[in-house]
Amino acid sequence: MFGFSTDTLLDFAFTAFETIAILLAVVISAALLIWVERRLLGVWQDRYGPNRVGPFGILQVAADMIKIFFKEDWIPPFADKAVFVIAPAIIMFTTLMAFAVVPFTETIGVVDLNIGILFVLAMSSLGVYSVILAGWSSDNKYALLGGMRTAAQMISYEVFMGLSLLGVVLLAGSFDLRTIVESQAGMWNVIPQFPAFVIFFIAGIAEIHRAPFDLPEAEQELTAGYHTEYSGMKFGMFFVGEYLGIVLISCLTTVLFFGGWLGPILPGFVWFALKAGFFICFFVLLRAATVRPRYDQLMAFGWKILLPIALVNVAITGAVVVAMA
Amino acid sequence: MLSVLRTIWMTLMHTFRKRETVLYPEEKPYLPPRYRGRIVLTRDPDGAERCVACNLCSVACPVDCISVVKAEDESGRWYPETFRINFSRCIYCGYCEEACPTYAIQLTPDFEMGEFDRQNMVYEKSDLTISGVGKRPGYNFYRVAGMAVGGKDKGEAENEAAPIDVKTLLP
Repeated sequence: MFGFSTDTLLDFAFTAFETIAILLAVVISAALLIWVERRLLGVWQDRYGPNRVGPFGILQVAADMIKIFFKEDWIPPFADKAVFVIAPAIIMFTTLMAFAVVPFTETIGVVDLNIGILFVLAMSSLGVYSVILAGWSSDNKYALLGGMRTAAQMISYEVFMGLSLLGVVLLAGSFDLRTIVESQAGMWNVIPQFPAFVIFFIAGIAEIHRAPFDLPEAEQELTAGYHTEYSGMKFGMFFVGEYLGIVLISCLTTVLFFGGWLGPILPGFVWFALKAGFFICFFVLLRAATVRPRYDQLMAFGWKILLPIALVNVAITGAVVVAMA
Repeated sequence: MLSVLRTIWMTLMHTFRKRETVLYPEEKPYLPPRYRGRIVLTRDPDGAERCVACNLCSVACPVDCISVVKAEDESGRWYPETFRINFSRCIYCGYCEEACPTYAIQLTPDFEMGEFDRQNMVYEKSDLTISGVGKRPGYNFYRVAGMAVGGKDKGEAENEAAPIDVKTLLP
């Protein structure tokens, strides 16, 4: 049949099925985060959060989705229509693409690229376009300010993110995420690479612009930043894109520093879900606890503190790897 | 940096605090007796209605939601022929209660009176009148007031001396 053997076809069908399953699982868990975040914020603010719709309020997600789908999907007359429409799709697309290289268990994972980490970094860099195009096409000064802040913030923190991962790459000797997980069988990377872990996590927060680094959408000063003019499902896509980012950074932290699916007794997927879930909860805790820094403080913190630490970490790790070899 | 970690830790410890939220329909909050809710017309200890249709509540009402029509019975006592409160206008300020000279109109700790039809928010005298004395037990305006009404003449009220004849010089 078309010159393919049955094995190739089966392989193709299996990969397609796996891809769709992962896509659905990731998007559904991102949507559920709407509820998880509201409940957890409630827990940490001495209240209950949404607990009426369905058991423990879990159907709040369905209610929110129905509401947002039926909202007026309005494009301002002064906006650049084509760019305005495409901007929210970009953040969804790039974040979902990054999930392609994440190894969830020994067997589950869309593809094992030998440039896995570079692919993730490239995709999160492309994500900047979503925010800056949204800010630009809205033709709104607040949106543009938000977009500009995001561009500066994301490009800066991309640097430390990449540098902090170099230590992990040096230890594993590969850019492939699956190889990196397997190299942590003896000891999780978080122990020899603790500074790298802290820098990666902070840069990750800045990369998906979550609190406390949510300056692009600082509602007190910029109304809603780059998505001021967005409504309906286009706003919803930014929203889900942000939660996808949380899931992505949590998964990457698990894979790069906490041994991915590795763990005793329980099956690999459960270990992965537990570890990633812990970091997702930590993201929410950060939002509940921390205050937003000033814009210049954010930049100074990145370039004056994180960058030197990341560089020193790379140098020391490199020296140790060379000495051990 | 340490202060940030401390803040995160303190926020995490809030997991084990008591919730502030009162889960309302299942769990009713305590409302103090002076809570300003649904308005009632009370009766005196003898069971007669207290309202004397003086219209002071209607005048005091900043949103003009009280409508009273005066009538007079055979003993000369005033009473409201209609007493109507439009609760869709009422702002529960309690000025009517302050203005009332006979403690007839009182606000109660009840607010569960939502309706789908605005017309159902208009309460008539029969809806407003309760059989009790409300917040003022033992008070009867006609027993302490100096006015002559139905069988009680001037000077015959409680703690009241007989009226002085101002046209004579005798002590």
